[in-house]
Amino acid sequence: MEASGQAAGQAVALPRERARAGEPWAARVGRAVARGPLNILLAVLAVMWLVPTLGLLLTSLLPATAITQQGWWNVVAHPSLATWENYRAIFANSAITSALWTTVQIAVFNTVLLVVVASLAGYAFAWLDFRGRDWLFVGVIALLVVPLQVALIPIFTIYQDTGLFDTVLGLVLFHVAFGLPFGIFLMRNFFIGIPRDIMESARIDGASEWRIFTRLILPLGLPAIASLAIFQFLWTWNDLIVALTFGRNTQPLTVAIFSQTRQFGSNIELIAPASFLSLAIPLVVFLAFQRFFVQGLLAGSVK
Amino acid sequence: MAVVAFDAVSKVYPDGTRAVSSMDLEVGDQEFVVLVGPSGCGKTTALRMVAGLEQISEGRLRIGERVVNDVPPRDRDIAMVFQSYALYPHLSVYENIAFGLRLKKVPKDEIDRRVRQAAHVLDLEPWLKRKPRNLSGGQRQRVAMGRAIVREPAAFLMDEPLSNLDAKLRVAMRAEIARLQSELGVTTIYVTHDQVEAMTMGDRVAVMRRGVLQQVAPPQELYDRPVNVFVGGFIGSPAMNLLQGRLEDANGSGLTLRLGEQALALDRALLDARPALRGWVGRELIAGIRPEDLHDAALERDAPQDRRLRVDVQLREALGSEVIVHARIAAPPAATEQIEELTEDLGVRTLDAGSGGEAGAAETAIVGRLSPHSSVREGEAAEVAVDTRQLHFFDPETGLGIYDDTPDGRTDL
Repeated sequence: MEASGQAAGQAVALPRERARAGEPWAARVGRAVARGPLNILLAVLAVMWLVPTLGLLLTSLLPATAITQQGWWNVVAHPSLATWENYRAIFANSAITSALWTTVQIAVFNTVLLVVVASLAGYAFAWLDFRGRDWLFVGVIALLVVPLQVALIPIFTIYQDTGLFDTVLGLVLFHVAFGLPFGIFLMRNFFIGIPRDIMESARIDGASEWRIFTRLILPLGLPAIASLAIFQFLWTWNDLIVALTFGRNTQPLTVAIFSQTRQFGSNIELIAPASFLSLAIPLVVFLAFQRFFVQGLLAGSVK
Repeated sequence: MAVVAFDAVSKVYPDGTRAVSSMDLEVGDQEFVVLVGPSGCGKTTALRMVAGLEQISEGRLRIGERVVNDVPPRDRDIAMVFQSYALYPHLSVYENIAFGLRLKKVPKDEIDRRVRQAAHVLDLEPWLKRKPRNLSGGQRQRVAMGRAIVREPAAFLMDEPLSNLDAKLRVAMRAEIARLQSELGVTTIYVTHDQVEAMTMGDRVAVMRRGVLQQVAPPQELYDRPVNVFVGGFIGSPAMNLLQGRLEDANGSGLTLRLGEQALALDRALLDARPALRGWVGRELIAGIRPEDLHDAALERDAPQDRRLRVDVQLREALGSEVIVHARIAAPPAATEQIEELTEDLGVRTLDAGSGGEAGAAETAIVGRLSPHSSVREGEAAEVAVDTRQLHFFDPETGLGIYDDTPDGRTDL
């Protein structure tokens, strides 16, 4: 009895893993049973979500003939079927590699530009006093409801006239423009939560608005900036309709894959690895940046 | 090092609220002035105007020789300690303290020297690499102090810097800040709502009420000669007992103060100190008795009968060094706008202030600080001896203290 009481006490103080080590096995089994239904449900959901992705991965590893004849699940039983040949092929295919490069350019540039503009605007909306600020912000919020599709044709015309059609810059600008309402909204709401005292203190310490922005707001806003960057990167990486509308030769990966679909026959051996590639890169980006999602970065600054 | 001078400074908000009204105050070079008052009295607004965080609506503000009305905060050469400390959460203690110096492009080795010296003085050396979130409240407070010190500014501004600390730490830091200030000799304006801080720390204390400066004086003078009933009631803890009384001539042998059915003979020294009192014979006025001027009559057998009051003891709080006694006396309470404001500020000023004002009841709750040897008991009647040399008197109409023979009994502000 005493031992289990001690373990319960430890569970509060220590990380769960270590607390478990000192726990009687009966307690561990008891807890597993108690949480069983939930764990089973979560496992089922996870598998359901993963199956298509897994299928895509395994398909991309099969030779073209094997895909149509055998189905991807056979790779599980016969791992020897797997080959990297398809990947080698798409990296040798200049249409795919140049599309990948275009996607990277669009996704990176538009994300960077959006983050810069949205955080500057967010700071202004949160902390600078200027005439009409609140009305302007209401306007920004209102723009959130404008669907991107309604702008495709008018902007297509503008792009034709200005020479932005079929350029990376044109696609970047379009994505930034439609990312801004949400970006400004997110940034402003995060920045407004930064205690005013910190900024006033910096102002007294001799900081200009620009210094306050770069030395305080940006580092403190990192969680919000990371969220916005990840969202925007994913959206624009996966975009199809905008690139289809405003690009002819400027084709990102999504368009390139899309254009590989055929009514008859199949080049699944090209589509599968390219799709998986297109899916894996944002995943890596997400995993790399998710540590900036840490909460409580502001803890300890003001009581 | 500089003089900070308010010259008829006002703060009017767009909606017309006057947070600070025509404030005149000169804080001398190296002086420690405490702005004190109940919440919403304008003390923080006044401080923020000095900092440049609040626009000055009217009047002029000088720091040193410069009028700074339109000077941005960063060019005012001041340092401020915030109630919340306002530390930069992503920077280490070292970088927090160095922040202002880095912005001023002070050479690196000079920054290092000053930061380390400040850390030494404030006992922060072991924590220089930590982030603020890993510090205790007291340590954070000291980091905020360090950030102000290293700047070597013309003036320190402190906005309730101790109010987030627990009581024990507050007492320690109170002495610490006072010591630092006198060592560094930097002009300091310190805002607090805690009158103990005000009394113990300030060279002079400025009491504010509703945006108006009531009195600026050294702590002892504020305590001895409050300019009005508000200052009298605000300064001192527990607060001064305020009763409605009537001054009567005791057959030529002196003056007596009638409180309900009871009377107190006034000391001659009191009349000498407050000659204007003679003009109040036969009139109602507000009498103020400080809790420390009440003594257990059972312990002071030689206290004459006409300097004693009978009270009903309601509650006895033994603090070891003294006994705080809450009692009721059969005399009407004083009621003016200023007193009401004091009551509101304290929440509930007395045990049951609500019933004190009932018509006919004419009972007032009073508080006494008695000797620990006092044997008064809860629920019993007791006699308290009053030190009648120390009584305070105020005009019930204006609330002003009654002192000299000037027309309104008013002394210098």
